[in-house]
Amino acid sequence: MVGTAIKNREAELNTFRNRVLVAGLGILVAFAGLAARMVYLQIYKRDHFHGLAEANRISVVPVVPNRGIITDRNGLVLAANYSAYTLRVTPSKVRDLEAAFDALAGVVDIQPRDRRRFKRLLEDSKNFESLPLRNRLSDEEIARFAVNRFRFPGFEISAGLFRNYPFGEVASHAIGHINRINTADLKRIEENELANNYKGTDHIGKVGIELSYEGELHGTTGSEQIEIDSGGRAIRSLAKSASIAGNNLTLTLDIKLQQIAEDAFGEFRGALVALDPNNGEILALVSKPGFDPNLFVDGIDPQNWDLLNNSPDKPLLNRALQSAYPPGSTIKPFLALAALESGKRTPSMSIRDPGYFALPGVAHRWRDDDVNGHGSVDMHKSIVVSCDTYYYQLASETDIDKTAEFLSTLGFGAKTGIDINGEKEGVLPSRAWKEKSHAKGTSESPKWYLGESISTGIGQGQNNFTPMQLANAVAAVANNGVVNRPHLVRNVVSAKNGQVSPRVTAPPVVLSVQPENIAVIKRAMIGVTSEPGGTGVRAFTHAGYTSGGKTGTTQLFGLKGEKYREASVAQHLRDHGWYIAFAPADKPTIALAVLVENGGFGSTRAAPIAREVIDYYLLGKVPASKKLRTPNDEPKKPD
Amino acid sequence: MSPRNLIDRAFDVLARRIDGPLMATLVVLGALSLAVVFSASGQSVDRTLGQARNFAFALIVLWVAANVPPQQLMRLAIPIYIGGLLLLLGVEFFGFSRNGAKRWLNLGVITIQPSEIMKIGVPLILAWYFHRKEEGLAFKDFLVAGLILIVPTVLIQKQPDLGTAILIFSSGFFVIFLAGLSWRVITITSISGIVALPIVGPLIWPLLKEYQRNRVLTFIDPSNDPLGAGYHITQSTIAIGSGGVLGKGWFNGTQSQLDFIPERSTDFILAVFGEEFGLVGLLLLLTLYMIVIGRGLMIAMNAPTTFSRLMAGAVTLTFFAYAFVNVGMVTGVLPVVGVPLPLISYGGTAIMSMFMGFGILMSISSHKRLVST
Repeated sequence: MVGTAIKNREAELNTFRNRVLVAGLGILVAFAGLAARMVYLQIYKRDHFHGLAEANRISVVPVVPNRGIITDRNGLVLAANYSAYTLRVTPSKVRDLEAAFDALAGVVDIQPRDRRRFKRLLEDSKNFESLPLRNRLSDEEIARFAVNRFRFPGFEISAGLFRNYPFGEVASHAIGHINRINTADLKRIEENELANNYKGTDHIGKVGIELSYEGELHGTTGSEQIEIDSGGRAIRSLAKSASIAGNNLTLTLDIKLQQIAEDAFGEFRGALVALDPNNGEILALVSKPGFDPNLFVDGIDPQNWDLLNNSPDKPLLNRALQSAYPPGSTIKPFLALAALESGKRTPSMSIRDPGYFALPGVAHRWRDDDVNGHGSVDMHKSIVVSCDTYYYQLASETDIDKTAEFLSTLGFGAKTGIDINGEKEGVLPSRAWKEKSHAKGTSESPKWYLGESISTGIGQGQNNFTPMQLANAVAAVANNGVVNRPHLVRNVVSAKNGQVSPRVTAPPVVLSVQPENIAVIKRAMIGVTSEPGGTGVRAFTHAGYTSGGKTGTTQLFGLKGEKYREASVAQHLRDHGWYIAFAPADKPTIALAVLVENGGFGSTRAAPIAREVIDYYLLGKVPASKKLRTPNDEPKKPD
Repeated sequence: MSPRNLIDRAFDVLARRIDGPLMATLVVLGALSLAVVFSASGQSVDRTLGQARNFAFALIVLWVAANVPPQQLMRLAIPIYIGGLLLLLGVEFFGFSRNGAKRWLNLGVITIQPSEIMKIGVPLILAWYFHRKEEGLAFKDFLVAGLILIVPTVLIQKQPDLGTAILIFSSGFFVIFLAGLSWRVITITSISGIVALPIVGPLIWPLLKEYQRNRVLTFIDPSNDPLGAGYHITQSTIAIGSGGVLGKGWFNGTQSQLDFIPERSTDFILAVFGEEFGLVGLLLLLTLYMIVIGRGLMIAMNAPTTFSRLMAGAVTLTFFAYAFVNVGMVTGVLPVVGVPLPLISYGGTAIMSMFMGFGILMSISSHKRLVST
């Protein structure tokens, strides 16, 4: 019994030792496996993991440059930046947005328009980025939010620079505005390989100077390498390259002149372009009605957008560049110049005006606006009294293609090349144009008819020009045939070193016209404002300076032999009034074109606007009924 | 008695049962632990002193355990196991939950986690059981041992506490393995287990908790859930890998110091260690563990009785299991289960129960002469 016990003991001990040996071996293998894993991670894959660890801890944060400031020619600020606090929301971190907005009541004031704007932003955004809910928080709101912060995960207050246009609606079409970058902008940025420079930038120029000079205004984005912890909190700055602010722009606009011009329109729609014929600097660029660009700077709310976008008055349309109208009688001085140049007329050649023009063998009579006729009319008188018969006859004798060829040298029917986007070409009719428009289905016949030439001879019918083109053409005449490219930016001021560089414009184009011919036209235009029977005399009595001008009226209403009576026609069917002018007559420093939509005769509505503008520009006279507004230095809260 | 004698005697009382090589290795590991915890806690003196206090208490436990003779310990086997089992049942019916796991029992004066008791209780009862069957083991005995092991394992897994369940099952399995469970049974069981997995797996899957399923899925593909369960593994492998051969230096681990490693001073402290001390540090740690395990197996080999042999072997192999599961998990070769890095991770309970095991080892090693005479 004892023997077996000892034997069992021996066997058991052997088994145990075997098992311990096996276990020990297993442990060695297991540890060797772990060691191999460590070698793999720390030697073989070390660089890979080092990269991942660095990516974990280093965050490259863009340093967004300050956008350049825009001033008028006298240094008055038209677009600037101000610093303000914004309540931002990261939608992905908020379970129920509406409930959270409701809960904000009493902490931060959230208006329905803020919600609507937020919803709109949300629709075209990625879910992980934060979006502005309320801008320009008050100090009390910031304090209240700080205390209640824990209740609003996903909400944060951030400081940022905002764009402000202190003059509001004034010159809104020229200056334009910025807005949040949308998908179309992003695509354009990527196509131009500017994606790096727009990291961290939320806004971009959308219209006007803000759009066309985006490259100057934006500046160069810097970057900062920040060490962050796992919660994304910044621990310290590792390296920093500063941003370079965008360049400042000095415009050619005189904002006070601009204000006078806009006010002169009253409630009328229309456009005005005033420029210095000596250099092409645009002094005023008006399109009425305007809009408040401040509404757009950080996403416009849908209600305001609908108001602006669907208004029958089209406030977002820049009429000065984007609308083309038949020029009416304002085309006459240019057609007269063409006739002098081609030799079709001399200044002294006269016609007899019976009150109408008729072609031999044609029953139709083209009427003059004076049914009794102007009697004997030479070129000078034809412009002063705006005699239609003179131009009917001239047109009937002139090939339309020759007319088009001459007018195109004055810039009609082509973009003037002004430095903001969206300019339209208008229509300069010719045989080639008619064939083309027939092919496009916009014209009934491909053939040009003499009757069309005759209508075009007084600026009615097919031709359509922008106010910009007319202003450019008047400036060309005023400057004796030397055409300067119109432009809005005078200087670019470097943010880096304050260096002022004049904007490089195209060299002036010298037209091949005889100076004495231009002199004839200018004299006649001076007669318009100064001689008995001149259509601009009433508007320019006792002006204190001599100016040249020409009235024009675009007929919207088919007359069919009826006498047009302004009062009896619905307002939107009333004629458009034109006035073109230059002053002072001997050495012009301002040339302009005014169009008043549905304003009736050019002499009654458009000419007085030109008078107010020139009065201020030459004499510093401010209309008695109007007071110059001062810009709101503090950006006003949009409502 | 001269003062000199008094000091000698006191030293004798303190050191008589202490195993020199084992104790020296534990001291080195303890010092390493303090260094790493200091760094991992963001150089928190409080937390480091707390860990020092944990070691101090654990040292007392070790001394007491080393001074309990194995025969005495054997007598405690049944009371500890039965008591532990009752407490586990108590948890099942009266326990309270933290973080969705029901692991704790409130006894009025103290809150305890009964599964900790079973870490000693299970190997103890199994070693006692095999010790009693000295005349030879039948297959039936292994069945009974299996039952003794399975009941507490299932109760703990139900809490749920997969990490502890695995470790307690391992400790019991090691006893059965060392006692001589036939290779045939082991082979058949493991083969049938592997074969059964695809059949049983879909049956068990719905019974698993959501987070347990995620852990399994994440283990298979960590990028599956980079911000959830996969985050732990992703960040710890980045930390270790970026440490390279020599490490980034004490306090200089970016992953560690910038808080990219979750549980950085407890379960995932190895990532801090690996990032700051590199491959050299990790291999040193593995070497220290091997010394502890080697010494433990030596004590087991030389132990005089079945009970002491099995107990020593189980304590040593369980220590290995801790180390293997944790290192495997943090380096991304095993799924994430809540097992601390033995003797390094911050936390009193784990150090205490491990030191109690080492105390038992030392008791076995120092009491063998008495038994054999």
